[in-house]
Amino acid sequence: MTGETYPTHEKRRGFKNKVIIGVIVILALLPAIPLFLILINILKEGLRALSPGFLFHLPKPPGEEGGGISNALVGTFFIVGLSVIIGVPISILAGVYLSEYGKDSKLAEVIRISADVLQGVPSIVIGIVAYAWVVRPMGHFSALSGSVALALMMIPVVVRTTEEVLRLVPDILREASLALGVPYWRTVLKVVLPTGMVGVTTGILIAVARIAGETAPLLFTAFGNQFMTWNPMEPMNALPLVIFNYATSPYEDWWRQAWGAAVVLTFMVLGLNVLSRLLARRIAGEK
Amino acid sequence: METLPIIFRTEDLCAYYGDFMAIKHVTISIPEKQVTAIMGPSGCGKTTFIRCLNRLHELTPGARISGKIFLRDEDILKLDPIVVRRKVGMVFQRPNPFPTMTIYENVLAGYKLLGIKIPRQVADFIVEEALRKAALWDEVKDILHRRGTFLSGGQQQRLCIARALAVKPEVLLMDEPTSALDPKATLQIENLIVELKETVTIVIVTHNMPQAGRISDYTAFFYLGELVEFGPTAEVFTNPKDPRTEEYLTGKFS
Amino acid sequence: MKEPAPGGHLKYDLAFQKIATGMGLLVVVLVAGIFVTLVIESWPSIKAFGLRFLWTTTWDPVSLQFGALPFLVGTLITSFLALIIAAPFALAGAIFLGEIAPPRYANPVSFVIELLAGIPSVIYGLWALFYLVPLVRWFEMKIGAPPFGLGLFTASLVLAIMILPYALSVARDVIRLVPDDLKEAAYGLGATRWETIRHVILPYARSGIFAGIVLALGRALGETMAVTMVIGNRSAMPQSLWDLANTMASVIANEFTEATEDVHLAALVEIGLLLFIITVIVNLLARIIIIRLKVK
Repeated sequence: MTGETYPTHEKRRGFKNKVIIGVIVILALLPAIPLFLILINILKEGLRALSPGFLFHLPKPPGEEGGGISNALVGTFFIVGLSVIIGVPISILAGVYLSEYGKDSKLAEVIRISADVLQGVPSIVIGIVAYAWVVRPMGHFSALSGSVALALMMIPVVVRTTEEVLRLVPDILREASLALGVPYWRTVLKVVLPTGMVGVTTGILIAVARIAGETAPLLFTAFGNQFMTWNPMEPMNALPLVIFNYATSPYEDWWRQAWGAAVVLTFMVLGLNVLSRLLARRIAGEK
Repeated sequence: METLPIIFRTEDLCAYYGDFMAIKHVTISIPEKQVTAIMGPSGCGKTTFIRCLNRLHELTPGARISGKIFLRDEDILKLDPIVVRRKVGMVFQRPNPFPTMTIYENVLAGYKLLGIKIPRQVADFIVEEALRKAALWDEVKDILHRRGTFLSGGQQQRLCIARALAVKPEVLLMDEPTSALDPKATLQIENLIVELKETVTIVIVTHNMPQAGRISDYTAFFYLGELVEFGPTAEVFTNPKDPRTEEYLTGKFS
Repeated sequence: MKEPAPGGHLKYDLAFQKIATGMGLLVVVLVAGIFVTLVIESWPSIKAFGLRFLWTTTWDPVSLQFGALPFLVGTLITSFLALIIAAPFALAGAIFLGEIAPPRYANPVSFVIELLAGIPSVIYGLWALFYLVPLVRWFEMKIGAPPFGLGLFTASLVLAIMILPYALSVARDVIRLVPDDLKEAAYGLGATRWETIRHVILPYARSGIFAGIVLALGRALGETMAVTMVIGNRSAMPQSLWDLANTMASVIANEFTEATEDVHLAALVEIGLLLFIITVIVNLLARIIIIRLKVK
């Protein structure tokens, strides 16, 4: 004795299903077009600008032949490198605190929230702050102030990844070290941190990939420089600054160079991203 | 009981996790250079007990100890825990060689981690001696510079034993050291324990009754945090004085 | 061979803990310092204009009268428009990659999308300047709008393209997390793919998707470079979607180094302060949603 059977409208539902899924697929694939185009355009325009001297010459006034981005290349490496030196020790130690000492305490929670807030601060605001903290007292722009700004942007990323990685180190390793009579601070430095080193490095790479392409924090800190300098106290050029300044200038020659710088920067950033993801996969694979 | 030299003596030992009393007024004398098995059903406090003996218990947040624990003549609760842990080593339930170190470095970890500098020849000697004592030397002598994590479970555990032995402790605590190993590896470790007692006192927590019967000289039976019975293994197993011991031995609860 | 000195390690243990704690505290101090600095540096402007700042539309570096409304409007319009444009595509992409496409194709595609999300903003701006602007200009001429090419609309488009990969990844991750047995239960009852998506997957993933949208909004609000390069740098109330304008971030980028008067600079910093407060609130909101999610 069966109850009433209700019509299930298979044909109609099947058709509706096909249509809607089709719409979804189209909407999903559509953005691939502009994104793909962007990559192709960058490559096309950029490769045109890449003459042999491009990477090694200093910038020239618009219209003059042979301008290059050598000082910007050096500048990017220098400013980013300096920001790593400033930001990484602080971040790793803060991550150590969160994982090994703070754990679930109120202070630890406050620190985590602060790191999240710091991560959400717009890069231009970071630039303002670095201007107030470093440029003003010094009286002039400098690579150092740019590095301070970028370090501020690195810190939340590295703190969070360090904490996550160290938390994953099994307690049993800490106990094995302590059971041998090793004091806790040495246990953290020589067992916990080394065990998590690959993960921590991945976090640093991800952070570096982020800040290498940042322009806004450098606009009124490192500011840019026509000449080559290795002095952190002087204003310094950087790839993102070249792109911005040249692209918004009225000179075609400079537009071409902006594309060249863009291609170099894209490869750098993409390379770092790929590297960090490969490392992350290796860690996940080992677990 | 013949009078054997005593190496560990506790007086009214109590251990707490917050308000929960995990070890209740335990007074026990552990003989030197013998194998003493600590047995009892789950949750009876046997792991807590040995973790008091090397002062690992107090690392748990909210944990407390009261009473006295004498290692020979010194109350270890009044000593620096680091010093205590050099004299009382521990091997854990799951083998835990340090993953970033080679076999060689793992054995020497008790020195390397403390920044103690050892001349190369002395270091080589310590490594070989410890690995021989742990019955692992022949198997790894050619691969000392590979990571410890490539070894089998049983080999890793023997590596951990070598690591603990390398700092020359007087007592070796073992927390269910074979429960994560296959029968063949278990047998190797059991034979090793019987050999080792000539140089170190062994206190082993085990829930494996036949194992305790095979390798231990003395057995302590814990129940709900209390020391219910203690004596030579043969006596405790064949002629238990407390009804709870008898129930445990006959499998009424585990 | 020297044995370690007993007791000596205690002071190192304490010192190490203090240093690590100090570094953790430093993070908090830095954030507080950022806020305090912003307030201090914008004080001349706060004093001069008070609350009026928020709804005044004049921005005149000559007569030194400043108001933030044009930029609040610019920021809100570009961000929300970008969200509206990007959301359907992001959602469709997330459903496609998280549910419909087989992992063999979905995984490399997801990988590429995440790489795209890493392309610096200034490069999106460069591309937009030379490829998007002419397109928009052509479109504006077609519909009879002022053919600037630059402006609010272009900025919104670029912003949409930029937040798309980000919103897509977040939404896709949430959709992937929907338990298999729930989906199989639906299929087992004879539901079609779309019906399962609509009645099982999306409701389950709803808060996660919402959090993703809020996070993307937070990103859009703070976005500077690409917007600066195509929005036209006009510090006045936009009259239409096709108008040149400025956002809070872009006016700072455009005028900061040129500002000679203290009040001008302070007004720019005050805009930075407003931007800071808005993005912090939005990010905290997203965090709360995510925490509620985890509790579920």
